[in-house]
This record gives sequence, C-alpha cells and structure tokens, in this order.
Amino acid sequence: MKLNLRVWRQQTPDAPGAMVTYEVDGVSRDMSFLEMLDTLNEDLIVRGEEPVAFDHDCREGICGACSLVINGEAHGPERTTACQLHMRSFRDGDTIDVEPWRAAAFPVVKDLVVDRSAFDRIIQAGGYITAPTGSAPEAHATAVPKPDADRAFEHAECIGCGACVAACPNGSAMLFTSAKVNHLGALPQGSPERETRVLDMVAAMDDEGFGGCTLTGECATACPKGIPLPSITAMNREWLRALRKGRAARD
Amino acid sequence: MALATRTDRRPSTTRTLWDSTVGKKAVMAVSGLIMLGYLVVHMMGNLKIFFGAQEFNAYGHWLRHIGEPFLHSHWALWAVRVVLLAAVAAHAVSAYQLSRRDIKARPVAYAHKRRRAGYATRTMRWGGVILGLFIVWHILDLTTLTVNERAWAGHPYENVLATFSTWYGNTLYITAMAALGLHIRHGFRSAAHTLGAGSARRDRTLKALANALALLLFAGFVSVPVGVMTGVVK
Ligand code: HEM
Ligand code: FES
Repeated sequence: MKLNLRVWRQQTPDAPGAMVTYEVDGVSRDMSFLEMLDTLNEDLIVRGEEPVAFDHDCREGICGACSLVINGEAHGPERTTACQLHMRSFRDGDTIDVEPWRAAAFPVVKDLVVDRSAFDRIIQAGGYITAPTGSAPEAHATAVPKPDADRAFEHAECIGCGACVAACPNGSAMLFTSAKVNHLGALPQGSPERETRVLDMVAAMDDEGFGGCTLTGECATACPKGIPLPSITAMNREWLRALRKGRAARD
Repeated sequence: MALATRTDRRPSTTRTLWDSTVGKKAVMAVSGLIMLGYLVVHMMGNLKIFFGAQEFNAYGHWLRHIGEPFLHSHWALWAVRVVLLAAVAAHAVSAYQLSRRDIKARPVAYAHKRRRAGYATRTMRWGGVILGLFIVWHILDLTTLTVNERAWAGHPYENVLATFSTWYGNTLYITAMAALGLHIRHGFRSAAHTLGAGSARRDRTLKALANALALLLFAGFVSVPVGVMTGVVK
C-alpha cells in the first residue's frame, strides 16, 4: 500500500507547528499503525530528516501510551488503541491525518507527543486505597459480591490513554476520573476513602484545566476499553452524595 | 497521603459546590428544572385563553390574589418572581462560566474536521441566549406592557390578542418556543445525568420523557398564537 500522511510536526512545546505531508510506500495491510509510522521514520532517517516523535510502549493495547488522533478520531476508526489498529482499516492511496491529543491540560511536547502528567496528578489526589502492604491477604478474607466485582473490573479496564479527553469537544476528563472513582468505589477495599476520593479527584481534575461534561458522549465512543458514558452519571451521584455526607460530618 | 487529605480542612459546602464543574452543573440542572416546572404550569394557565376573555382575565386577576386573606395581594406572585429570577440568574451565570471553561479547555482545534456531536451543546448555548432575550421581551410585552400595542392593564386577554395580531409578535414567540423545545429536549436528559439520576437502563426512558416534555410545552405554548392567527381566539 502507498499512503499520503499529513502529520503534525512541532519542534518544541512553544514552537508553532504545522501539518506536513509525507508519502509512505511499501505499507502492508498487516502492519499496525505504529509500524507504519516506524516505516516512515526509517525513511526519514535515511533521508537525513528528523523522525516523527510519537508515544508508545507495550504495543499490545494495555499501557495507554500510544496517543494519536487519526483522521479526527482518537485512536482512529476502530474501537482499539492506535498500536492495535491495523493498516487493513485503510485503503491504498488514502490520505491520513495524524495529530496529537488536543487539550489545554495536555500540552504538546513534540510532534505527536503530549504531556499527560495531569492524569497522574488526578490519580495522586485519590486514585488509591489505604491497605497494609507486605504479606498478601487471604483471598477470601473480604467477600466481594459478583456484580460489584464485575463493575469494578469494567472500570479497572481504563488504561489512562486520554482518548476521552482528546475526543471531548470540552477537553473533559470526566470519563477517565469516573473510571477510577467507580472502580475503587465498587469494592469494600475502596470504601474508607469513598467520599474524599471523589471530592479530591474531581477538584484535581478541575485544577488541571479540563472542561466539564455536556453529555455529548464522544468520550465513550472513543474509549478503546469501552468505559460507558453512564459512569460519569455514577460519579456525579457519588460526588453529590459525598458533598451531603461531608456537610453532615461537619455539622 | 491519605491521612493528610482526610485531616485537611475542607471549604464550605456552598464553596465546593460553586467552585466545582460537577457542582456548578448541578446548580444549572436544579435551576433549569425549577424553570421547567414553572413553564409546565404557565403553559396550562395559558390554555385558559380558549375559554374566553372573562375566564382568562379572571384567572389573571386571581394570580395577584393567591393566598389571600392570609397573604397580602401580590405576595405570592412576588415570591414566585423572586424564585424564578434567582433560577434564571443562577442558570445563566453557571452556563456562561462552564461554557467559557469548556472552550478554554480545548484551545487548538483538530486540523481534520468531521461532524461532531457538539451539535447539542452549541444549540444549548445559542438556544439559551435566545431564551434569555425572549424572556426580557416577553416581560416588557405582557407584564410591564411597555412594548404592547394595546397595553390595557388588568386585561391580559386583550393584550395577548394584540401581541399575536402583529407579525413580529408571532415570529418572536414561535421562534423562542422552538428554541425552548430543543433546550428541554437535551436539557432534561442532561439534568438527570448531572444529578446522578440517569443510568444505562434508564436512558431510553429519560430520552422519551424529554421528548414528550419538549413537545408538550412547544405545542401548548404555540397553540395560543396559532389560535389567534386562525381566529379561534378573538
Ligand atoms: C437565560 C437563558 C438560558 C441560558 C443562557 C441557558 C443556557 C444553558 C446551557 C449553556 C446549558 C448547558 C447545555 C449543555 O449541557 O450542553 C443549559 C442546560 C439546561 N437548561 Fe438552560 N438556558 C437558559 C434558559 C433555560 C430555561 C428557560 C429553562 C427551563 C426550562 C432551561 C432548562 C435547562 C435545563 C434543565 C438544563 C440542563 C442542565 C444540565 O445540563 O444538567 N434553561 N442551559
Ligand atoms: S502502546 Fe501501549 S496501548 Fe498502545
């Protein structure tokens, strides 16, 4: 396959960037999108040009490092990560636009690489449980009802890639934050911090400059792990509950 | 880490509510629902116009005397006005602040354009502004009678007839009611999710309910100018 790529190139965080057109030849249908970019970069290196910077790590859809907006869609046309997207989703001669995540809270570092440490700070604000470490506890010591375990697992699937923020017209991190709030809130191990967690994580999310939710649903459509939109509703419910309980505790 | 946050001093409930995007959205949802509740009652009251001048004007008169002799005249009316004014102000201010924040959170647009679901959000913003302007005109027209052609105090039936005998009265009113229908259609479902009342299973019911409410309000309100235009009300 031969493709026309239009790729966002930006030298430094403050430099102006632009879409630059490249031709990539010899692309196989079985390549992943990232392997296709590797092919382009090998070409660029041979030609003495600077290769395109992009984030990646596991290349098996579990780390959340890869972060490309492909033809205007976070992670491209399939419900998966960019590293698990294969070139058979495109056709010979296609023009493909590749851009970084766009959000005020995710500044561009270089080319297609953005700084997602805002997510780390949201997690630091409450995405943990307090448990003694050391020896592993007896697996049956704390019984977890099956529906709760399923609910926790559904939300634990979030890999923190940031596609939700990239897809949302408001650059909102509500889906990401709700995934962690619902994951830990569903489990008995997470219940001691149930109220502080949601209040602190939402406050951290606001501090980072993410937008709010207007129920457009673009986040859930883009999520490679299928975190559903009603997770945000559940977080709203948790937040309002925590606020009420907080007041009761103060009075 | 956990201990530090738990012993932290937290700001007051009101501060937390107003400073958070989630809390401010809840303010928007509650104020929106208050206005929605008022509009359902208002629409039903308007329908009395189909039963003649005497009944309609008597109804208008009664609105000023609700709660008498316990309340002084106009007290109940003013109580409703104060609540509504607070709701409009809270709604508009939170909508403005949240919208600004949302726009700032996505400063650079994607080069690859595609149709986005932001459609509903944009309609909400423009529709909201149209509704805000309509509310001002509506009060000047039928409450203060400043811009009413007839302006006969105590005779709302005749004043309403005067409004809907002008082309601009009909146009403004029907456009605003279309904007209202669209606003409720997205807003009602949004409010349920904002307040945590929605769920995957309930979403279809919520959508149906939102559509029904939007249609009911639109049809009910618009029946009045249509009634005047077709000569059913005269
Ligand atoms: C002053 C004029 C108004 C302005 C500027 C305004 C603006 C807005 C905006 C920007 C939103 C958020 C849209 C979104 O989430 O995408 C909204 C939501 C809403 N509006 Fe209004 N609006 C106005 C009047 C009204 C009226 C008259 C009603 C009464 C029926 C109403 C009911 C609602 C409801 C129920 C919501 C949903 C709140 C939520 O998202 O949780 N609005 N409005
Ligand atoms: S590189 Fe790890 S998820 Fe794509």
